[in-house]
Amino acid sequence: MTTSPVSPPRSAPLAPTPPAAKPAPATARVNDTAVSIGAEPSGRARWIILGAVGLLFVVPILSMVEFTFRDGLAGAYTLDHWTVLFDPEENSRYRQLFAAIGNSLTLAVVTVAIVLLVLLPTMILVHLQFPRLRRVLEFICIIPITVPAIVLVVGLAPVYGVVTRLLGGSVWTLAFAYGITVLPYAYRAIQANIDAVDMVTLSEAARSLGAGWGSVLARVLLPNLRRGILAGSLISVAVVLGEYTIASLLNRQNLQTALVQVSKSDPYVAVIFALLALLLVFVLLLLIGRVGSTRPGRTSP
Amino acid sequence: MTETPTRTTDASTAGSAGTAGTPATGATVALVDVTKQYAGHRALDGISLDIRPGEFIALLGPSGCGKTTALRALSGLERIDSGSIHIDGVDVADVPVNRRDIGMVFQSYSLFPHLTALQNIEFGLRMRKVPAGERRRRAAETLDLVGLGHFGARYAHQLSGGQQQRVALARALVTRPRVLLLDEPLSALDAKVRVQLRDEIRRIQTDLGITTVFVTHDQEEALAVADRVAVMREGTIEQIGTPEQLYATPSTAFVADFVGLSNRVPGVLAGERVTVLGTALELLGDPQPDGAVFALVRPEDIRLTDSGIPATVVASSFLGSLRRTQVRTDDDVLLSVQHEVGTHPQQGERVFITLTGRPVAATPRA
Repeated sequence: MTTSPVSPPRSAPLAPTPPAAKPAPATARVNDTAVSIGAEPSGRARWIILGAVGLLFVVPILSMVEFTFRDGLAGAYTLDHWTVLFDPEENSRYRQLFAAIGNSLTLAVVTVAIVLLVLLPTMILVHLQFPRLRRVLEFICIIPITVPAIVLVVGLAPVYGVVTRLLGGSVWTLAFAYGITVLPYAYRAIQANIDAVDMVTLSEAARSLGAGWGSVLARVLLPNLRRGILAGSLISVAVVLGEYTIASLLNRQNLQTALVQVSKSDPYVAVIFALLALLLVFVLLLLIGRVGSTRPGRTSP
Repeated sequence: MTETPTRTTDASTAGSAGTAGTPATGATVALVDVTKQYAGHRALDGISLDIRPGEFIALLGPSGCGKTTALRALSGLERIDSGSIHIDGVDVADVPVNRRDIGMVFQSYSLFPHLTALQNIEFGLRMRKVPAGERRRRAAETLDLVGLGHFGARYAHQLSGGQQQRVALARALVTRPRVLLLDEPLSALDAKVRVQLRDEIRRIQTDLGITTVFVTHDQEEALAVADRVAVMREGTIEQIGTPEQLYATPSTAFVADFVGLSNRVPGVLAGERVTVLGTALELLGDPQPDGAVFALVRPEDIRLTDSGIPATVVASSFLGSLRRTQVRTDDDVLLSVQHEVGTHPQQGERVFITLTGRPVAATPRA
């Protein structure tokens, strides 16, 4: 059984009343006695929550870090697993892994390009010219999150048969599938920004000042959607870097599939690269937060 | 000038008080039989309007009457279904908004948030490929014109609502457009700023002599700034005339009711005269069928006197330079009477009222 932190224990002794205590203001009394459901947690509660959640994330990561320094099962530690990565003579062992990193980065770039060149203009067009289609677009963009990757692959396999015939089997073609998987995330990030900007009035104002649609887009809309575009792009990069199922089932090699392969022969290096990938995603998320909070002229009065 | 064929007051003699002596540098504007439908609803039902160079016209009416649609049609932001729109005699109905050479100020603050005030003002000049030096000079001059010379480096979120609308006005003016369109630019501002900016818009418009169309639902605003006011209702122009004409000689009951305050007093119409509270008054506007009507009598057309129609004071309000007193006649007609502040009737006091005898508009009594 749990007790509300603000409810005094029933058996607690009554504290002596100060002799000339001034009655507390009504609001203070209400705060003292009200059950704080939905209220902001106190400073101590915040630290406890932060600590618990932090532990949940930090323990596995620290375990991974610790693992990369182990020297076999003897209990000793070594830097060899890290230094070997930068040893030119040993590099050939991990060529496949470095190639996979290159593949993933290429996929990230092409996927972001799909988001920026297909999704973004569609969203802007729907918002400005066809607002009634907004719900339909939203529904379409959310669908991939409800479809398991394995189902997606089953559907995509015959499509990729055609894609391979037309464009070859290059790894970058996987970005077409990734363009679909990142839709829900990129859509949300961009739509949040679109909702925060009165795009209709801004574009009408720009048009009335003599701007053509190209100028409206380049000089007014995109600068004001910068945060959403960056957030959507960075989230897409994070999703692409972490994707395994589709690449594996369509027989393409990316960072995740290569990690699984390498882990069979050298688990230390696999964990090191997993850590580096986590670090990269962490930096990307920090960047999203930083970009999202910046505003022109923020520091000026 | 002009007007719907049937319900109009001749404005040819109306004069443009505000533009008297002002060099007319603005363009002529004409809307000819313009219609616009939205899903079967006629937002504009064949409106025609002629605007003289340098004239300040207000489109006044309740929500949904089509005033904003008319402005947007004029700007090119809405395509019209039929009719034509002429600026300086050229039909611009098919000219896109960015080529119409108009300046527009919107109801919502429409400054580009990522640009400073000065950069916002430079935007239109940049679109016209004006060299950087001249662009900056003209932007700074226009910012000075609206009294914000020191605020050029500020972003929109660092300006108050009134300041943002001043910058928006400067941005619309800096390109020296042929026509300035103002879409309820004051409605989001608080009362004091609204009056200040309203007067400022009028001053700048008079100085520049630019043809201006101002959309508002606030009759006080329209009457205060416009040379002529077009009262709109259900997609048509009900009446167009100077503020004085609209107030003193409304051509329809709607105009009388919408512009200024009116008492709806039961009366009987016979021919061209309405008998109200025992007094026969001349009927304003188009002839109507005889019978029971509500006459629309202005509060200042009723006087508190020593003898006349007996009534009882219900309430009395001090309005600064005048006082408005509500009285109830023995026939249970509630009337608002406007009079000088010196007279202060008390609630429940017995008084007498008389009508000044000015002509009134009337609407049929169902």
